[in-house]
Amino acid sequence: MATSSPTGAPYVQGLRCRECGRAYPAEALHICEYCFGPLEVAYDYEAIADAVSRESVAAGPPTIWRYAPLLPARAEGAVDLGAGWTPLVRADRLAAELGLGELWIKNDTMNPTGSFKDRVTSVALTKARELGFKVAACASTGNLANSVAAHAARAGMRSFVFIPHDLEQQKVVTTAVYGGNLIAIEGTYDDVNRLCAELTSEHPSWAFVNVNVRTYYAEGSKTLAFEVAEQLGWRAPDHVVVPIASGSQLTKIHKGFKELATVGLLEGGADAAAAVRVSGAQAAGCAPVAAAFAEGHDFVRPVRPSTIAKSLAIGNPADGPYALDVVRSTGGAIGAVTDDELVEGILLLARTEGIFAETAGGVTVATLAKLAAAGVVRRDERVVAYITGSGLKTLDAVAPRVGPTATIKPSLEAFAAAVDTEDHES
Amino acid sequence: MSVTVRIPTQLRTLTAGAGEVAAGGSTVGEVLKSLDAAHPGMGERLFDDGGKLRRFVNVFLADEDVRFLDGLETAVTDGQTLSIIPAVAGGS
Repeated sequence: MATSSPTGAPYVQGLRCRECGRAYPAEALHICEYCFGPLEVAYDYEAIADAVSRESVAAGPPTIWRYAPLLPARAEGAVDLGAGWTPLVRADRLAAELGLGELWIKNDTMNPTGSFKDRVTSVALTKARELGFKVAACASTGNLANSVAAHAARAGMRSFVFIPHDLEQQKVVTTAVYGGNLIAIEGTYDDVNRLCAELTSEHPSWAFVNVNVRTYYAEGSKTLAFEVAEQLGWRAPDHVVVPIASGSQLTKIHKGFKELATVGLLEGGADAAAAVRVSGAQAAGCAPVAAAFAEGHDFVRPVRPSTIAKSLAIGNPADGPYALDVVRSTGGAIGAVTDDELVEGILLLARTEGIFAETAGGVTVATLAKLAAAGVVRRDERVVAYITGSGLKTLDAVAPRVGPTATIKPSLEAFAAAVDTEDHES
Repeated sequence: MSVTVRIPTQLRTLTAGAGEVAAGGSTVGEVLKSLDAAHPGMGERLFDDGGKLRRFVNVFLADEDVRFLDGLETAVTDGQTLSIIPAVAGGS
């Protein structure tokens, strides 16, 4: 069993159970031994507030590690492929299509392995190495698989990546190429997750990024809020729309805005952070959190996933209840869209903004469209939609819908016959 | 009726370190109650004050989440395996 290292992050006080409040040391622990509630990192925010400024952040690297004081691992010697500091782009053409005003896209397709998972993996493996682990492992629907395999290679760690056997070919290749162990499980993601939870007990010397070091891993998603605020001039947006798989990312984005206010970096302080409305997006084929929201429940009934949005296909989302709390307390909503609608979402985003998202991004855009049409996301709001993975990973989703405009002989006559150029002359 | 119960790391202090123990009962609920009788303290870890499984405790019978079956009323047969697994994992 790996133990605590004296090189731990300076502002981490320890871990605390989110359910019952019991305190634990900052080791490879992810759940409360008493009530099984999730553990959270406890920070010394006063010390962080004294140590950081907008200038000190701006002087940091163009990666998630510019926010190191608010992360649970040290930036020095981080397992780093350059995750984070992705573009926040104004999306006027998409906004016009949706009847919105000020809309921004956080383009997290631009990470080293093409998804936001590089943020959490970089934090998880940095902490894992601090704790003395030599083996990195994860259960994944693909994006995390890519990221863990790549970061483990970068760090010289051995890796075991567990995926459902029916994953998209692109995600299999883009994991296997890094040379670690890739184990395909005959079952759903929830089956893979269960197996990994059991393997964690059997192999305590392995760092399962989303099991025994999940407490640290999940903190990486806060940088999605930190960056958006900094990129907006240290201002919080009015409304964010976030895809929901486990629900962790959504809750951590909300936490990120609050933390920035706590340490004095956010314009408008705690009131501004509290005013951020948080809405969630799910695929109708795996919408346990959206269903709980619609039915007014504060618990989430597990479902069996059936959707092409495999990166969101978690039928038993660990942070579902917390995501519900955040959305309800901030006046947001959770929408769900069909596979056809999400494909339209991918095409709409690509056509209007030149950003090619994976299926989860299609879910986010299609849900944004629905929430805008319903008046939940409003024209007078500054809105940020999080696009968290690259479309190159899920080509199958759109391959039947797009292709060459024409296939012709290499002659001017053939071109003139095939393409009406009237509209393209000016 | 005897089934094998898989114990997660967090509860092994109650089973003298054993990762698997045998327990009797004709339903999932009965098996978990007999587990508490044999390993005092197990019950309060698994159940809340209202006697329901805690929010972050998952129980699988033969690899199937008992929430998809009949919950604590789910019948067990001789030789089956019941796994107690913490719910907090994930992120895909």
